[in-house]
Amino acid sequence: MDFRLNEEQQMLQDTVARLVRGEYSFEKRLAFSETDLGFSADFWKQLSELGLTAVPFSEELGGFGGGGVEVQSLMAELGRGLCLEPYLQSIVFGGGLIRQAGNDSQQQNWLAGIASGELKAAVGLQEPQSFYDLNNVETRAEKNGEGYVLNGRKAVVIGGHCADVIVVSARTSGDTRDADGISLFALSPDTAGIERRTYPTIDGAKGCDITLNDVQVDADALLGAEGEAADVIEYQAGRAIAALCAEAVGVMEMANELTLEYLKQRKQFGVPIGKFQVLQHRMVDMMSELEQARSMAILAASVADSEQGDERSRVLAGAKNVIGRAGQFISESGIQMHGGIGMTWEYNFAHYAKRLIAINHQLGDDDFHLERYASLLQAS
Amino acid sequence: MNMNYTAGELAFRDEVRAFLEEKLPADIAAKVNGFRRLSKEDHLRWQKILCKQGWYATHWPEEYGGVKWTPVQKHIWDEESCRYGAPRSIPFGVNMVAPVIIRFGNEEQKQKYLPRILSGEDWWCQGYSEPGAGSDLASLKTRAVREGDHYIVNGQKTWTTLGQYANMIFCLVRTNTEVKKQEGISFLLIDMNTPGITVRPIITLDGEHEVNEVFFQDVKVPVENLVGEEDKGWTYAKFLLTYERTGLAGIGMSKAALSHLKQLASRRMKNGKPLIEDPSFSQRIARVEIDLTAAAISNLRIIASVEGGGVPGAESSMLKVKGTEIRQSINDLARRAIGPYALPFLEEEMELDYDGEFLSDKDAAPLAAHYFNNRKLSIFGGSNEIQKNIVSKTILGL
Repeated sequence: MDFRLNEEQQMLQDTVARLVRGEYSFEKRLAFSETDLGFSADFWKQLSELGLTAVPFSEELGGFGGGGVEVQSLMAELGRGLCLEPYLQSIVFGGGLIRQAGNDSQQQNWLAGIASGELKAAVGLQEPQSFYDLNNVETRAEKNGEGYVLNGRKAVVIGGHCADVIVVSARTSGDTRDADGISLFALSPDTAGIERRTYPTIDGAKGCDITLNDVQVDADALLGAEGEAADVIEYQAGRAIAALCAEAVGVMEMANELTLEYLKQRKQFGVPIGKFQVLQHRMVDMMSELEQARSMAILAASVADSEQGDERSRVLAGAKNVIGRAGQFISESGIQMHGGIGMTWEYNFAHYAKRLIAINHQLGDDDFHLERYASLLQAS
Repeated sequence: MNMNYTAGELAFRDEVRAFLEEKLPADIAAKVNGFRRLSKEDHLRWQKILCKQGWYATHWPEEYGGVKWTPVQKHIWDEESCRYGAPRSIPFGVNMVAPVIIRFGNEEQKQKYLPRILSGEDWWCQGYSEPGAGSDLASLKTRAVREGDHYIVNGQKTWTTLGQYANMIFCLVRTNTEVKKQEGISFLLIDMNTPGITVRPIITLDGEHEVNEVFFQDVKVPVENLVGEEDKGWTYAKFLLTYERTGLAGIGMSKAALSHLKQLASRRMKNGKPLIEDPSFSQRIARVEIDLTAAAISNLRIIASVEGGGVPGAESSMLKVKGTEIRQSINDLARRAIGPYALPFLEEEMELDYDGEFLSDKDAAPLAAHYFNNRKLSIFGGSNEIQKNIVSKTILGL
């Protein structure tokens, strides 16, 4: 039993950590967030030049052949810096969907570009009525002579505003909540009939809602077998959940470090407020929550790339549930112990707190994953 | 045991309802009900309507233009005005500095300031907290030194709510450094237009400008602006804080927010059904509704005891803790109810006059921001930790 990273993994993590420390000060992040792009093109380029955008891809694609643990090490550091770049959306999730579902020519079209960072992918699987259920799909794709015509709406596509390819789900048969009949399409965002409403998000990133209005695509936009995408979506959403959990752990680490530092330096009633027992215990609870979250993130990383099955699904649902709860506890406790300062835009803590709450609204919140876990519960 | 309103109280409630139905401007109510921003003009417009009715200054004696409501009547007003979506009065003038001036001020101060509070001519803000004096308020450092007919004030106040609208600020200042910290504090009324005062906005995590820092550099304040006696300000400050604490539980606002949440959950869908029919979400709503019912009865027990001549003590502290926790839970559920749509930060949709298409639900845009903004409830007015200290000291004797 050994929970330490191996030498290569440690080097990877150190590389990302150095890069984030050097390039991603809090002030810079605020400035990146306010640009139209919503992140740093330069930082993205550096990730690419260091080969970091290729980490989860195979060696033929110039990649590292990295698995869950490599992605975890990297995402945790991006979390510590509150980095805004679409690593999760493009490299982990979008790239993963194309890799698993795409045929050779589709992989050739997209994956080398995604792995090198030259192309950015986004993922549009949610819809206004779907809540967090990715099998809840109303968007229709009708087959015609030239390929397919898509109609519908995709909700809260993070990174969709700047993507070169958007992977969307659409129903080729079945009813709104059927697992069967869901297909995946790789769309170029400038296709006629695609409308994007772009907005900033509460945690400083950018996303969009996408309306598909008689969008005609060629047959080779279809990724994988028609009507059989539900399993691919579940598998890749699972990988994305594991990566998001790792990011969350990085965010929580920083939130806790900032809070602890504040408890030591802020004085009231003539002593550092960290001398008050009620705050000490709350800080200890924050640490315990972080450790629970860290353990689940490790477990999630360990199954991220393993074979699909109920056990993998349970672990990922359990991890996202713990991350959601721990994140909210740390966010709210940290604000409370900082007092008013913890609520100001100018101080970094609030941005960590917002990211933790936002993570709970991505890929399913703690309630959603509790239900999911319960539905997979083993009788003994 | 009788938990019913008297016939007179019921008649008063009808009168309040009739007034709100007739006089509360629909645009203002829509803003309040949808958690949208109110402008300075919105507040002043509603204040004028209340003043005309004679219902603005509910804590004041009638001779100064107040209305002599019983605690139960005040409670009825609070409940009904929240239910209809009336804005809460900005408390700093009418409910904070005015009671201090009435109780401890001289006749000249009463004649000068009270009518201007009623008319809306003066907008007051509160100069209590400082960067180094939050929970430990008595350690405040803003200095006032007497020079002839003036005090010269130097220092800094912070978390000054709506200070950007204010033309007057009441301040706790240190006039004596030789004595125990509580015994060297004075209560000064300061014109914000005096040279040497700078107001700097503090933007909160939800992007709002609600609070400010106020800097004082060699600000000359006439000695007639001292309330009561020099160095006795802490007594007046504590008197004021008891006024601040009552009502901080926000029971009426929680009831309004809960009703908003239920309507929202009836419109939002999960698994093809309204969210309010979802087993786990409906249980979450049920739990907070039960807690709110209990807190509302606790609130009535305090009101009944005050009606009978009692003085609310540490019970208000317990209720502040419970009440703010409940309101924060409701805000948490509203944010959860919109699922992925908690992420978009749509400032344009937070404005009432937005006439574009809504991204999702018409009420969704402010919900996440509102959740974050209301984290302040357990921090301000004496943090919940400080309230618990009060309870453990005064009730438990620990």
